[in-house]
Amino acid sequence: MISKLPLTQNINAARDPVSLDDYQANHGYAAARKAVHQMTPAECLKVVQDSGLRGRGGAGFPTGMKWSFVPMENVSEGHKYLICNADEMEPGTFKDRLLMECDPHQLIEGMILSAWTIQADVAYIFIRHEYHLASKLLQEAIDACYAKGYLGKDIFGSGFNLELYVHSSAGRYICGEETALISSLEGKRANPRAKPPFPQVSGLWGRPTIVNNVETLCNITHILRNGADWYKTLGRGEDHGTKLFGVSGRVNNPGCWELPMGTPIRELIEHHAGGMQAGYKLRGFLPGGASTDFLVEEHLDLAMDYDVIGKAGSRLGTGTMIILDDKTCPVGMTKNLVAFFAQESCGFCTPCRDGLPWSAQVLDDLETGNGIPADLNTLQNQVRFIGAIGNTHCALAPGAMEPLASAMKYFADDFQAHIDGKACPYSTAISSASESAGVN
Amino acid sequence: MPTIYIDDNPYEVTEGDNVLKACLSAGIDLPYFCWHPEMGSVGACRQCALVQFRDADDQHGRIVMGGMTPVSEGARFSMDGMKASEFRKNVVESLMLNHPHDCPVCAEGGECHLQDITVMVGHRSRRYRGKKTTHNNQYLGPLINHEMNRCITCYRCTRFYNDYAGGTDLSAQGAHDHVYFGRQQDGILESEFAGNLVEVCPTGVFTDKPLVNDYTRKWDLQSAPSICNGCALGCNIFPGERYGKLKRIHNRFNNEVNGYFLCDRGRYGANYVNDEKRAKFSGLRSDDGRYNAIESKHAIDTLASWCNNSVGLAAIGSPRASVETNYLLRRIVGGKNFNNGNGDHQASLIDQIAALMQSSSTITPSMRQIESADTVLILGEDVTNTAPRMALALRQSVRNLAKKMAADMRISEWQDEAVRVLAQDRLSPLYIISMTDTRLDDVAKETLRTSPSDIARFGFAIALELDPSLDSVDGFSASEKQLIKAIADDLKSAIKPLIVCGTGCQDLAVIQAAAAINRALNNSQSMLSYCLNEANSLGVSLMQDGSEASLSELCDRASHGQIETLLIAENDLFRRAPKPQIKALISNVKNLVVMDCVDTATLAQSSLALPSSSFAEAQGTLISSEARAQRFYPVYKPAEQRQSSSHWLTQLGQKMSLSGFDSLTTFDDITAACAADFPVLADIVEASTNHDFRYRGMKIPRQTHRNSGRTANNAGLSVHEPQQPIDDDTPFAYSMEGSNGKQPATLIPFVWAPGWNSNQSVHKFQADAGGALTGGTAGKRLFEATADGSETSHYQIPPAFEAEPDHWRLLPLYKIFGSDELSALSPAVNELTPMPFVIMSIEDAQSLAVVDGDGVILSSADTEISFEVSVNLSIPIGCLGYSVGVPGAPWLAPASSVRIVKDQTWINRKIAHKVSEIVTEAGVSNV
Amino acid sequence: MNQPIEKNSSSSKARSISPILTAAELAEIDHEISHAPTRSAVAIDALKIVQKHHRWVSDERLKGLADYLDMSTAELDGIATFYSLIYRKPVGEKVISLCDSVTCWIKGYAQLEQHISRQLGVGLGQTTADNRYTFLPTPCLGACDRAPVMMVGEDTHLDLTEDKINQILAIKGGQEQ
Ligand SMILES: Cc1cc2nc3c(=O)[nH]c(=O)nc-3n(C[C@H](O)[C@H](O)[C@H](O)COP(=O)(O)O)c2cc1C
Ligand code: SF4
Ligand code: FES
Repeated sequence: MISKLPLTQNINAARDPVSLDDYQANHGYAAARKAVHQMTPAECLKVVQDSGLRGRGGAGFPTGMKWSFVPMENVSEGHKYLICNADEMEPGTFKDRLLMECDPHQLIEGMILSAWTIQADVAYIFIRHEYHLASKLLQEAIDACYAKGYLGKDIFGSGFNLELYVHSSAGRYICGEETALISSLEGKRANPRAKPPFPQVSGLWGRPTIVNNVETLCNITHILRNGADWYKTLGRGEDHGTKLFGVSGRVNNPGCWELPMGTPIRELIEHHAGGMQAGYKLRGFLPGGASTDFLVEEHLDLAMDYDVIGKAGSRLGTGTMIILDDKTCPVGMTKNLVAFFAQESCGFCTPCRDGLPWSAQVLDDLETGNGIPADLNTLQNQVRFIGAIGNTHCALAPGAMEPLASAMKYFADDFQAHIDGKACPYSTAISSASESAGVN
Repeated sequence: MPTIYIDDNPYEVTEGDNVLKACLSAGIDLPYFCWHPEMGSVGACRQCALVQFRDADDQHGRIVMGGMTPVSEGARFSMDGMKASEFRKNVVESLMLNHPHDCPVCAEGGECHLQDITVMVGHRSRRYRGKKTTHNNQYLGPLINHEMNRCITCYRCTRFYNDYAGGTDLSAQGAHDHVYFGRQQDGILESEFAGNLVEVCPTGVFTDKPLVNDYTRKWDLQSAPSICNGCALGCNIFPGERYGKLKRIHNRFNNEVNGYFLCDRGRYGANYVNDEKRAKFSGLRSDDGRYNAIESKHAIDTLASWCNNSVGLAAIGSPRASVETNYLLRRIVGGKNFNNGNGDHQASLIDQIAALMQSSSTITPSMRQIESADTVLILGEDVTNTAPRMALALRQSVRNLAKKMAADMRISEWQDEAVRVLAQDRLSPLYIISMTDTRLDDVAKETLRTSPSDIARFGFAIALELDPSLDSVDGFSASEKQLIKAIADDLKSAIKPLIVCGTGCQDLAVIQAAAAINRALNNSQSMLSYCLNEANSLGVSLMQDGSEASLSELCDRASHGQIETLLIAENDLFRRAPKPQIKALISNVKNLVVMDCVDTATLAQSSLALPSSSFAEAQGTLISSEARAQRFYPVYKPAEQRQSSSHWLTQLGQKMSLSGFDSLTTFDDITAACAADFPVLADIVEASTNHDFRYRGMKIPRQTHRNSGRTANNAGLSVHEPQQPIDDDTPFAYSMEGSNGKQPATLIPFVWAPGWNSNQSVHKFQADAGGALTGGTAGKRLFEATADGSETSHYQIPPAFEAEPDHWRLLPLYKIFGSDELSALSPAVNELTPMPFVIMSIEDAQSLAVVDGDGVILSSADTEISFEVSVNLSIPIGCLGYSVGVPGAPWLAPASSVRIVKDQTWINRKIAHKVSEIVTEAGVSNV
Repeated sequence: MNQPIEKNSSSSKARSISPILTAAELAEIDHEISHAPTRSAVAIDALKIVQKHHRWVSDERLKGLADYLDMSTAELDGIATFYSLIYRKPVGEKVISLCDSVTCWIKGYAQLEQHISRQLGVGLGQTTADNRYTFLPTPCLGACDRAPVMMVGEDTHLDLTEDKINQILAIKGGQEQ
């Protein structure tokens, strides 16, 4: 009987890391061994395309389609690369860490399968510096695989070669943006690159490259292990498979759980997260991390599906939601979010580099009671200026405008109150110098 | 030619362009910052935004960056769509958040692209109430001023300095709104092209330091089209003047020659013209040896009588003087009494080059053509130091492989980063066989350092590899044979191979070897480029019919009392021959007459000194090393009695009532006469238009519309309003009245267009943004490759160099800052000029027991002088490189063999190193 | 008599191995270089290696490293200063990274920031007089379900309260002596 919650099937309550033996005891590496021996890359790609898997890194781009752009015939001399994006720095997001700290082999097998499908011979796991435990466990798991011949030359005796390296980053949220990540892997400043050309044709070192999120790659393991049809049975709604959903904020039981795609938001918050803490009411929430639009009570019964949340005016994003309660200042929260993005801007393009600090400045004025009525127009203008993909060089800045735009829509009264009352009506607001402090 | 629609108007645009370039070409003012016609697009500033519509029905459209969007048939855009204009306004508003708004004290003010765009988008009032980010500035050397607070983070500086010019000591640092552009620590910018930052930076972060220290706004500068005198490449420049002082040099776009960029010798090397010591009056030496100032008329009378009554009359011209000056001088004394002043050894090299250029079937490329080469072999030249701007062109040529790879992937060339990412560090082959390390080594596939005679031998060996029928050369090691084969193979498989040689190692065989390779290549597209030292080196060589005297002949005649009066124009003979020889010559002539714009050792010996005007105050034709004849025009009237050498000589000829001189009434007459006398120079008349050229009946103004207080310029000296000088010898007026824009390219005195006050306005003078000027290409090439095979192919293969015990073979080392006579006199360049030095191998240094910074006494046939030692990893053992022509270094016979001993009295200025460290240091720093 | 033929001069350039880089550091850096296409490709790893050994990257080490990687100090500093976790100024024995992102903000990290400042007598971006701690803000540490969160050195501390912080800082101190 195949688990309906495949991604976490091996993970226990104590979150002990799964050893290679335990992993193999539960069908581990069977799919990889089978694929490299019995399936052509084209067949593998077909399965992934049929599964309807959409990227779990935030953008929700169909994985099979992304892979299909990788040149397979008469490719010029040189490597192809697969990169696992384990930068997980989107505020409010804490799902990839779980997968890496608890079941590293699931990720490695997913990467072997993905590499085989696109015929990549070199792969990297780009992991944020702070994930020391995850890096250590991954490296041990990789060493074990090399020892067994699951990685390196002629893996599983198939003649297929795959080198896998862990690269620990040096900070900066922008490194999670796939082209910036590639610049960073090349040892450069992590400025994103213009697309086209897309990484699939000219990525790392100018070679065909695929970047996928940790969770996406873990899904690959099970899709190729159990097939597309099985995978499709997992979802509850439009989208297929399961997803790691999370809830943080003033709820009784914040956490991260694997649930079917399409699980209703209310179920997540009230059942899994145990509802709001005593004395706190729900004001709104960011459904999928810091760069998604606020949703509010009226949206509680929506299913956590990419297009459903999209139609509601937000994004599923990383699927880890942040709860705004009634005792927390929406303006303050928005300011914290925008200040984060301003601080993490790579500094390449104007709207982001200079526009975000300005937006943060205005929000800070509001928070500290120095706001003026014109500030609201300024903010609206900033949203138009920075908020659209294409206005900026990459998607960081538009992402930063999503919480701002939606906050001004749903919490307009709060913004007004800050100006009229020349102060923040919420007690929790303590402005902090921290956004500008740093050691480099 | 696809058609795109902008606000529903159709425009025919160039296939493969981006929309920004297309708009500018169509005359639509789409603002931009980070895009540059030579450097392409990166999409950093987001200023070039317009709205793109899916189709005619799409009402909303989306913002796109023109610079990042390729043109495509039928594509629809809008400039005015509220979205777009509001967006462009927001971009400027954001760029202004932290800008200091210090325009009144900013050297960029009045020619600032940021000011122009700010006005263009209509950003007026400030909404931001926060604090401004501020930065510390750095000391970047004598050429460039740094004011980081003005930065708008367009990344143009690092993209030019690092990506385009190959610099390594400037970088973008920090992140988010704290990005900083500077060095790791204060220090002199290392690139010889750093000065271009002044023009590349769209605002006042990098400004011209000498200008800043003696400031005038662009709108108050008087200027005229001119030619750089720094070397023989003939880069086009705009000198700017105010109050009789040359204030700065800006690039004058010429798509075939310098494009958008100059070298720092050219940009900063002309301030010598402001030197107070420059003579303003004629000086007649009295018996007590002192000079008495005399009237010009008196000077001419004296001179004429000397000439008419002399037993022997001779003259020496100059490769730094105009064709016309040399022509008149030669005509006055007659060919057999004339020497062109190149110096006998240099002359032998340049005459050979001139002969090859005229007879050879290979192309002598323009710099634009050099950029198109797909394989390059540099034979004996340290191009950065002998023909600096060409080094920048060669740097672009190695990127042709990347451009080809991109084209195969259908990535547009202007997608700058995409092209670089795709190619990574793959470069088209460039080989350097030189005497020592060069500044292009970092892009070389392979480098080999050896003596001039061996450089020639390698050249002949490569020719032999290509054409086995040639005489054999041998004695090469296995690895050397490999290299010879590799070079030959790459040259053979190249579509547009290029060989670069020149007078840099003062060796005839090297030049003949380069020509031999090109003949052996037998490729109609192959190119052979020659590096020459002086602005008119080629010109004076072409102006010969064989009757001329060599310098030593003249010395010989003088020693037999056959020369009573010797005329010298703009030449310091002590830079052309050994000191004793020149001393003797001078003492053997009765009347030494020297006309020059600077005070030289030769002028100091003259019996009569005539003050010539400098290039900035004179008119003339120069012939560049590409055989392009170009005219330079006076920017301002010379002070007092100064006048151009050609004026002095015309007056002399007339006073001597020499036939034909009466008819030389305008400068154009002189040029025409010269063209008539020398068939090879026939086309120099086409280097410019006639002096009576008018546009709609108007002269061309040297001053901008905004020139302020012109009539009160010297109110401090006299309340009488001076009349503007009259100029009836050129198409220009010393005035702001007239028209600037539609005239031929050679006649553009400055670039300015309504709304475009900065140098970016040049696109308003171009037919297509980034392309040739509407008025054509300045200058006229005198001849093209001839396929008649008449090329002289005789040569001798020199013997291999063998080091001789306690003797060293002299190798000439030219320095961009110091080796050129005139630029070295300019304060800023002078600051960067090294003291006379020699470089030697570690082995030789050890045998002499000297270390970096010690001194050695060099003694040759006729001199003994001390040089500072610099130990060098790459120079062959037994060879001694010395700084040619830098102030304080004597003329030394090429390839002569000298003795050196340690100078015990010398004080080592450099900190004493351990030998091991010297090794590595000398290896990285190229003296 | 000729100098040996040199392959692409940048790599043939005499590389000064500055004594400032220890054998241990060089060994780790060489390992990174062994599987990188160019020396400069390992710039970030190399900076982290140097920092691991010395806590921060001084100008001297930056220069030594740049030479070793065949790149200019300007270029390397451009990279070093881009990344927030490469320290170009001295830091204490342990860096305290307090998360200041959204969930920790909601859970009141600001009070904890002030508490820590009081305890250590230094503000954000500063180092304690005894040079034991440098106190820095950090973006989301990916443990929002257990906010507020901070890291001390390589250890992550969850569900922070003022008491818990007191213990942590005390205990840490104890361990170091
Ligand atoms: C500013 C920014 C930060 C990002 N950070 C991450 C990240 O930390 N992890 C991640 O997987 N994707 C991140 N992404 C998305 C990646 O760019 C990329 O879309 C994703 O890794 C693709 O993987 P997927 O298709 O499997 O989702 C980020 C995107 C942006 C614009
Ligand atoms: S939006 Fe622009 S500045 Fe911001 S991170 Fe992306 S590229 Fe950098
Ligand atoms: S000029 Fe278009 S983005 Fe800068």
